[in-house]
Amino acid sequence: MRIGLRVACAIFLAGFMSLPVCAATPKPDDWEQVLREARGQTVYFDAWAGDPQINSYIAWAAQQLQSLYGVELTHVKLSDTAEGVSRVLAEKLAGNQLQGTVDLLWVNGENFATMKGNDLLFGPWAEQLPNFALVDADKHPEMREDFTIAVEGYEAPWTRAQLVFYYDSAMLEKPPGNMRELLRWAKANPGQFTYPRPPVFLGSTFLKQALLELTADTAPLYLPVVPEQFASITAPLWEFLDALHPQLLRAGRSFPGGGTELRRMMGDGEISLAVSFSPSEANSGIVAGELPPTVRSFVPNGGSIGNVSFLAIPFNAQAKAGAMVLANFLLSPQAQAHAYDPQVMGSATVLSMEQLSANQRALFEAVKAGPATIPPEALGNTLREPHPDWMDALERAWIERYGAR
Amino acid sequence: MAHAKAQPGKLALRLAPALVLIVLIAPVCLGLTLTLLPAFGYMPALGGQQLTLVYFAQLFAVPGLTHSIIVSLLAGLLTPLCALSLVLLFLAGTAGTGLERWMRRLVAPLLAIPHAAAAFGLAFLIAPSGLFMRLISPELNGLSSPPDVLIVNDYWGLTMSAGLIIKEIPFLLLMALAALPQIEPEKRVAIARSLGYRPCRAWLMTVVPALYPLIRLPVYAVIAFASATVDVSLILGPSLPHTLSVMVLQWFNDPDLSYRFVAAAGALLQLGVTLLALLLWRLLEELGSWLGLRWIQKGERSAGEVLLMISGQVGVGLAVLISIGGVVALLMNSFAGFWRFPNNLPGAWTTQTWSRALGEIALPLFNTLLIALVSSVLAIGMVIAVLESEQRAGKRLSPSMLLLYLPLLVPQIAFLFGLIVATEFLRWAPDIKLVIFAHLIFVLPYTFLTLAEAYRRLDPRWSQLAATLGASPWRIFFKVRLPLLLAPCLTAAAIAIAVSVSQYLATQLIGAGRVPSLTTEAVALASGGSRGIIAVWALLQALIPMLGFALALFMPRLLWRNRRGMRGLN
Repeated sequence: MRIGLRVACAIFLAGFMSLPVCAATPKPDDWEQVLREARGQTVYFDAWAGDPQINSYIAWAAQQLQSLYGVELTHVKLSDTAEGVSRVLAEKLAGNQLQGTVDLLWVNGENFATMKGNDLLFGPWAEQLPNFALVDADKHPEMREDFTIAVEGYEAPWTRAQLVFYYDSAMLEKPPGNMRELLRWAKANPGQFTYPRPPVFLGSTFLKQALLELTADTAPLYLPVVPEQFASITAPLWEFLDALHPQLLRAGRSFPGGGTELRRMMGDGEISLAVSFSPSEANSGIVAGELPPTVRSFVPNGGSIGNVSFLAIPFNAQAKAGAMVLANFLLSPQAQAHAYDPQVMGSATVLSMEQLSANQRALFEAVKAGPATIPPEALGNTLREPHPDWMDALERAWIERYGAR
Repeated sequence: MAHAKAQPGKLALRLAPALVLIVLIAPVCLGLTLTLLPAFGYMPALGGQQLTLVYFAQLFAVPGLTHSIIVSLLAGLLTPLCALSLVLLFLAGTAGTGLERWMRRLVAPLLAIPHAAAAFGLAFLIAPSGLFMRLISPELNGLSSPPDVLIVNDYWGLTMSAGLIIKEIPFLLLMALAALPQIEPEKRVAIARSLGYRPCRAWLMTVVPALYPLIRLPVYAVIAFASATVDVSLILGPSLPHTLSVMVLQWFNDPDLSYRFVAAAGALLQLGVTLLALLLWRLLEELGSWLGLRWIQKGERSAGEVLLMISGQVGVGLAVLISIGGVVALLMNSFAGFWRFPNNLPGAWTTQTWSRALGEIALPLFNTLLIALVSSVLAIGMVIAVLESEQRAGKRLSPSMLLLYLPLLVPQIAFLFGLIVATEFLRWAPDIKLVIFAHLIFVLPYTFLTLAEAYRRLDPRWSQLAATLGASPWRIFFKVRLPLLLAPCLTAAAIAIAVSVSQYLATQLIGAGRVPSLTTEAVALASGGSRGIIAVWALLQALIPMLGFALALFMPRLLWRNRRGMRGLN
């Protein structure tokens, strides 16, 4: 037994033998150098993979990247961004400084805030991307802040998203244009609406939208939460939800787990009004045969929360140069116009049309939007995302009030 | 000469338990420590340097925590209770009949369906907009839109428990069927019959007391799984609040990384809840054996015979019908175009979802197959080596082997995070080898569970007889024990394959997402997918386990055409 232990220990320890190889950190300022370094690298792009359209788009980008820059792209398909964050965190915990397994990560504002706060990101690099100029960040401050947190070049913009509603025009003639109308309508039509349960992202966004519409003064929402003021600021929201919940599907005793469940409920005729974070969701739902062709989308009268989704490079990524080349490619007019096509992804572009040449603009003008897609000019007023503190506080408060009876 | 040749093998065998311990338990313990330290506030990467109990205080302040714990416990006890009693009643009522033979054939396909796929099937069947409601609407109830009732995701998790019961019935049935030949039920029943007992009652009185110890460990595995399930709970379980296991997952996935500490504390609590469920079950066992003894002592010969027979057959029959209905619902959804409620059939059929999935399937299929085969062969080899070494030493293994079961008891998400840190410390690159290793950690306990009792209880007289004929221990092992145990070994291998195929987090997190498998693809797509996509991938996931179980059932039949008693399940 004792010999056995020793032998086995030796086998076990053999694992320690392979030590990390040092990789040079690229300088984002020297783009030619970045391109040279990137050639031949494999970029592991960790991105949520619940949407076949987005997956196909990333597969298209992989082909382009290979032929244009000689960079290999592997889509690491996540069911939750937290899986990528976990990986990076575990690597930091184990002292893996250079051999990270995530090269580029599709993050949302909350993840960005905590990753940046815990030194899990590489940067700054994003503003040095040649295509960054095309977003015209001076005119569009949302390119430099993610949930009010200053980006400071630690992530590059990718796509735009905005809260919209969609409804079945065969069941509902005139959809409610704001939260108060929604409540009135729900009282007259009980069981026809519901929203995803927070902390599901879409559900939390619905809460923020409602709060922005219902509160008298939105200014405090753009600053960290002051615990003493939280109750008074959010009182109108809880009053609204207390009245709304009994009118929801299942009388608010159970909430759907996300946007896809909502889409399914709409397709089954369980609800006639739903919320979404993509102006083209209804259209892709019709194309995919999941929604009836009578579905239409709209933006609330007073505008709705919109945000930009970003791409970040972890502190220990192995293919930082390749990741930058990928982020830059995804920002190119060619890639953005391809993503804009509702047959492909249907996502609104982060580029500023004024910064584009006539030829580049033509790429966008050639795209045909579907009947249920909201054209960019009808997206109306984009409301800024509140400070991420609010998301967290609202989620916790919601769970406390409604999450456990 | 023969003696010298046997030496290295003998040494290897003696070392087997130690090797298994070191290869598996070392990372398991390391992973567990790294998982649990944050519960007490220690995680330097997030600035946690001091030991504290504040995260437990935060955990117990979570609204709805008590209810979550109760639902987890309820599922952990209801599932084995219902599934086991139905299985025993069914076997008692059908022993030796055509119905039992039918069921034996059905076990494999039923078992092959992964838990998540079966849960989706059930949801597609019984939800307010499910297949069942579509079939009876509007003809029977006049509904033109789905009724607004809460069936799936109910408050007490009863639908979740039902889903688990339906899924565990075939598992326990297989375990029981694999164990039965060793205790010669026909002879036992014959004795009781000669004393005037009716057949079903005779089986329950004479076979169950001998059978239960053989399937006790699988029953414990059912308890551990049911009290901590994440995927079934996410699909069928309550959401306001979630079960404890799902809460732990959500804390782990919380963008606010400080929730990792609460998550670790929650993982520890989940471990406690599962252990409590096991403890309560132990008490139920005592109660059951006391009641059973009283029942036997009463000496009643025939009262309630029909009721006993029918309850088992109806219960298991219903479970089978629902499972099949779920598969039908999955199949229909996988080919459905837009399908308006309350139409009985989709308005249009399409093969688009299938063709898209089949176009992407090559690499994940290859990976899944390779990982499942290698990890299950390794697991079977290791378990047999350990058990054979135990046999030769003539004494039970050290209690440290119990640590092998830890991966079944600790919430996977918590444990795997620790395991990633451990593999990172060891600088093991995330590749398919590491994923196989991670699978082994989860496959091995199940293999042990399914094989240990069969191995230990093999009639020692076979080996003794061979020894008196002058056979060496190795010859006895290869010529007598292994052939006699082929059926249970293959069953264990099939279970091992099914367990490996169903691993999501172990593949995704340990492989850094670089080793796509059928399950990682399925879960990623299901996180945003339509019913059609979910259905296609759920069915694809069932493919490999189905082959495994079919082989396990038919191989002994093929190999032992001329040995009726060795065909195991057939």
